[in-house]
Amino acid sequence: MGANLNMVEAIARALAQILESDPDSVLLGEDIGVNGGVFRATAGLQARFGPDRVVDTPLAESGFVGAAIGMCLAGLHPIVEIQFDAFVYPAFQQLVSHAGRFRWRTNGAYGLPMVVRLPYGGGTKAPELHSDSPETLFSHVPGLRVVVPSDPRAAGELLLAAAACGDPVIFMEPKRLYRRGRAEVPERFEAGALDRGVVVRPGTDVALLAFGSMVEMAEDAAERLGVDGVSTRVVDLRSLYPLDRALLLDTARQVGRVVVVQEAPRHSGVAAEIAAILQEEAADSLLGPTLRVAGMDMPFPLFQLEEQALPSAARVVAAARATLDF
Amino acid sequence: MSEIELVSGPDAPGGELMAGVASVLGAPAAERRRSLRQLPQGLALRLYTAMARLRAFDERAVILQRQGTIGTYPPYYGEEAVQAASVLALDDRDWLFPTYRQNAVATLRGCPPESPLLLWRGNPAGWYDVHRYRTAPICVPVATNYPHAVGAAWGSRLRGESTVALAFGGDGSTSPGDFHEACNLAAVVVAPVIFLVTNNQWAISTPVQQQTKVTRLADKATAYGIPGVRVDSFDVFACYEAVAAAAARGRAGLGPTLIEAVGYRLGPHGTADEPSLYRDPERARLWAGMEPLGRAGAAMVDAGLTTLEALEEIRESAVAEMLLAGDQLEAVPVPELEEIADRVHLSTPWTLSPDHLREPSYPRAG
Repeated sequence: MGANLNMVEAIARALAQILESDPDSVLLGEDIGVNGGVFRATAGLQARFGPDRVVDTPLAESGFVGAAIGMCLAGLHPIVEIQFDAFVYPAFQQLVSHAGRFRWRTNGAYGLPMVVRLPYGGGTKAPELHSDSPETLFSHVPGLRVVVPSDPRAAGELLLAAAACGDPVIFMEPKRLYRRGRAEVPERFEAGALDRGVVVRPGTDVALLAFGSMVEMAEDAAERLGVDGVSTRVVDLRSLYPLDRALLLDTARQVGRVVVVQEAPRHSGVAAEIAAILQEEAADSLLGPTLRVAGMDMPFPLFQLEEQALPSAARVVAAARATLDF
Repeated sequence: MSEIELVSGPDAPGGELMAGVASVLGAPAAERRRSLRQLPQGLALRLYTAMARLRAFDERAVILQRQGTIGTYPPYYGEEAVQAASVLALDDRDWLFPTYRQNAVATLRGCPPESPLLLWRGNPAGWYDVHRYRTAPICVPVATNYPHAVGAAWGSRLRGESTVALAFGGDGSTSPGDFHEACNLAAVVVAPVIFLVTNNQWAISTPVQQQTKVTRLADKATAYGIPGVRVDSFDVFACYEAVAAAAARGRAGLGPTLIEAVGYRLGPHGTADEPSLYRDPERARLWAGMEPLGRAGAAMVDAGLTTLEALEEIRESAVAEMLLAGDQLEAVPVPELEEIADRVHLSTPWTLSPDHLREPSYPRAG
């Protein structure tokens, strides 16, 4: 039966559903077994499915991400948990040099049906290197898909889709939202569309494009703009590679003014890519400059400073006004 | 057997590095003959044939590189025993994880030699069918294939199969973290994997003494709680025994084995490499007599297993096969990138559509 779950519970439910329906699926990661993961995204799963399906690995991300690649050759469908965003860096070579290239190296014949779950982002008062937003590192790598849910239901639906997609998916989990809010989810998730964004709020004057925990902030900004009579479209991008081109172009044409919000450093980010796509493909529809509200080009600061570093609704409102006033 | 000069220094055939390695061909003549005569029927000739085909491939590839038919190529002259023994000591269902140095091992499982040659020609038609030959694509980054082998072996075990995986590497590959992470993980999860490290003493220009302070790479196994064995890399029979034993161990549920195949890199690192810049050619000559094909052949004839004429026929047949393969390469068409853009993903994103591969014309149709 359906349930009212937060995001981390929805992810646990989706993982259980995958383990149940796909006997070749296996979960790998640090402390995901008895401990249920440091965020409890795998709580109870080892007890239910056994230590051969839910495996605690040594603390060696390159080793177990590399092993996941080999497991795919053996016919398994591994889902790897990286404990925190920045812990993925040791596995970067395996993801870039091998995971993203495997299908290419087999002339399209064989992919790697693996998912890398990556809790990411700031706003949780965590130590250094526990708050990074590394999506661009992966959205730039040929052969990888990058998706980010922003609510419990989407988390379950996208996770199912990622597990079924046949190619490596970097599944970014905005950990600030893990326990933020609850939503009604079905007893069994249906796989969602991996390469589609959604309009979460209709509007005609300005569009705020966001993903992960920034969606909620964009909605907050849209509320504030609404007080002054500004009609704001809010888009949850969900897929960072590939981006939902049709939705981007529709937004440019229907709304004409765009602000993109990301936690990651501004330079070379997803927001920059969206601005470039709009410039290349929809310049004739734009009524104002496409603006970015982003993190800063500095290491994510220690947490007493993190609210200064993270985009805020006030900054998003200011950016929206700037493009509206253009 | 050929007389090996005892020369001091770790990189000499009689030096401390080779001391105590498992060897069939290095045994006294009577023992050697007895060992060879006890081999299963036909095995020696199969090993010899596999080595002869690898040798012919390698020699043809070097010629093709000199002719400009293929690009830079990493020759493996002298490593044929390790490679042939590995493939033949395993079942065809077992997984191989070669590096560039073992680029032709899939040909011992039926892959046309044109495939690896086409890779070196820079044509994607050379990417072979990895599942058909149970051979991963050749791995270019050093040591990153070790975790793959662990995953394949471990995954097979989780599926209740008895498949073993073998990953090749060189002495330099024991330095990156992936070697350590793979050995450690394999030990912990009891993966039936074989780490076959050919210690040829040179990683391009870096001697093994500058790679590690451990004299015997096999000793590194101790840190992982797994067995480490040392074998003469120029002795196909000893290599076969070592791999077969490691595979049996893996299949019995006893986990991984590190095999150090000890020898010397007889040739350059690659066709663009000039070893005389960094090592004394005289020392390489000390090892010439260890060359594994001739060494195995001489011992087989000596043991009465075959004749020089029969061996020559095997070599000539291999040379003819590789000559023919080399002749096919230029006729293989080179695809347009538009034709292969759909080989990156199962479901090709719009970014790889013909309209988006190159710069757009403005305005672009929505």
